[in-house]
Amino acid sequence: MTEIPEHLRKRAEEAKAKAAAKAAGDAPAEAAAEAPAAAAPSAGDSRIPAHLLERSKSAKAKKEGGADAAAPAATGGGVATAVAEAAPPPTATGPGGHTQRLLTVVKAGSIQDVKSTPIDKVHTWPHLLAVEFVAALAITVFTLIFSIFVNAPLLELANINQTPNPSKAPWYFLGLQELLTMFHPMVAGVTIPGMGIFLLILAPYIDKNPSNKPEDRKFAISLFTVQMMFWAVLVIIGSFFRGPGFNFVTPWTGGLFFEL
Amino acid sequence: MERPSGKKTPSQRVSEIVDKTQGSQAWNSIFRPGSVFRKGYTDSPRNRSYVIMNSVLYHLHPVKVKRHAVKVSYTLCLGGLSFFLFILLTITGIFLMFFYRPTAAQAWNDIYTLQTSVAFGLLVRNMHRWAAHLMVLSVFLHMARVFYHGAYKPPREFNWVIGVILLTLTLLLSFTGYLLPWDQLALWAVTVGTNMMGYTPVFGDQVRFVLLGGKEIGTDTLLRWYVLHVLFVPFVTVIFLAIHFWRVRKDGGISGPL
Repeated sequence: MTEIPEHLRKRAEEAKAKAAAKAAGDAPAEAAAEAPAAAAPSAGDSRIPAHLLERSKSAKAKKEGGADAAAPAATGGGVATAVAEAAPPPTATGPGGHTQRLLTVVKAGSIQDVKSTPIDKVHTWPHLLAVEFVAALAITVFTLIFSIFVNAPLLELANINQTPNPSKAPWYFLGLQELLTMFHPMVAGVTIPGMGIFLLILAPYIDKNPSNKPEDRKFAISLFTVQMMFWAVLVIIGSFFRGPGFNFVTPWTGGLFFEL
Repeated sequence: MERPSGKKTPSQRVSEIVDKTQGSQAWNSIFRPGSVFRKGYTDSPRNRSYVIMNSVLYHLHPVKVKRHAVKVSYTLCLGGLSFFLFILLTITGIFLMFFYRPTAAQAWNDIYTLQTSVAFGLLVRNMHRWAAHLMVLSVFLHMARVFYHGAYKPPREFNWVIGVILLTLTLLLSFTGYLLPWDQLALWAVTVGTNMMGYTPVFGDQVRFVLLGGKEIGTDTLLRWYVLHVLFVPFVTVIFLAIHFWRVRKDGGISGPL
């Protein structure tokens, strides 16, 4: 004999019995008496776990009469009998004959703060990794091809006694070198870049505006853009418009004094 | 297609070898369950998760990312490109180290020899230099992108701070490398740069002395900047990169959508 769990077997029996009863047009009083417990399983989508449902049923049955409980056990076969007799939990009763007590009803909203809305997500593989792979490939190929056609500069051997005119810093420092023409070296070379980095670091702590929408942060965006433009212009002037003696030249007349 | 003599077609043999290799213990010890390279990989949501979860990539990426984060138009991949360039620079830089001695007497000659008589020497040096300039540019643009998206706002404030540190480290990496060819361009660019730092208030002379390893730029400076360029600054950068990437995930993934 296959070992069907008892509660499943009983549920199946009940469902069959109920179907038969309905088909025969049974007395409505009996159906009404069973309604709270039996209606749910027949609906098929009960939220009450089947074994709990079964436990309460068997408790009710036992309350009505011990002899009734013994009768189905006898017909149910050896295994079912053993379970019914040896396992008290399904039929055990609490104080006052109740199997379960309702302590409290906790509504989901009161303890579970459900506010997260589902985020539209995609799998990293392949959606992100493929993009990253292509990007890595593209930048490598770009560098490779550019390097085939354009050589890195290698001027003559360093000579401490021969100062080239003009002497220029790497391009990203040319904005600072440009400032040197206007300010004292301590201001241009240390104070301004130092303050710049310091302010950059502080940016998230200064900007208290919580929004990330461009329309809400016009001031921050314009300030940053002005900054970027300021440095870009200085770097471009320092790179292309400064000739011998770091004097102003135009590249189309005075020539280019710029090495990367 | 059956062949009467029992001989196998070349394609059958190839697939047999592939099957045998992919079924071997060695192969399966290398590629963890769910790997695309394992036998019988099929495209399913479960396997897509395993590709990330069961590989070293799980250190970098979560299994799923926000849909808008995948759009190239959002990030322009600038942070990623900076990282790829860093890797490219490491690879080409290691190649260059084989042919370079950081002394005033040998440095320029080594570069010259590298360009003229080492296979791919010129190409690799070009790549190293152009990738370095590109990296400075892409890090700057990455910062601008992050600013314009307001991505430095809570909870990502500290990752922005790390980003600014990484920007500074990138400039340092580039600037220390600038001296190494030991040509006129290198010498005088660095002279201009270090003279500027010499104007640091109060202890300007000391700063300059430490940077140059002496009163003037010389062979000691070269050695100092070489060690900074190939070991110290990359080491610090890698640590900050690790924190940077880790924080991207811990702070709730990439920012946005706007």
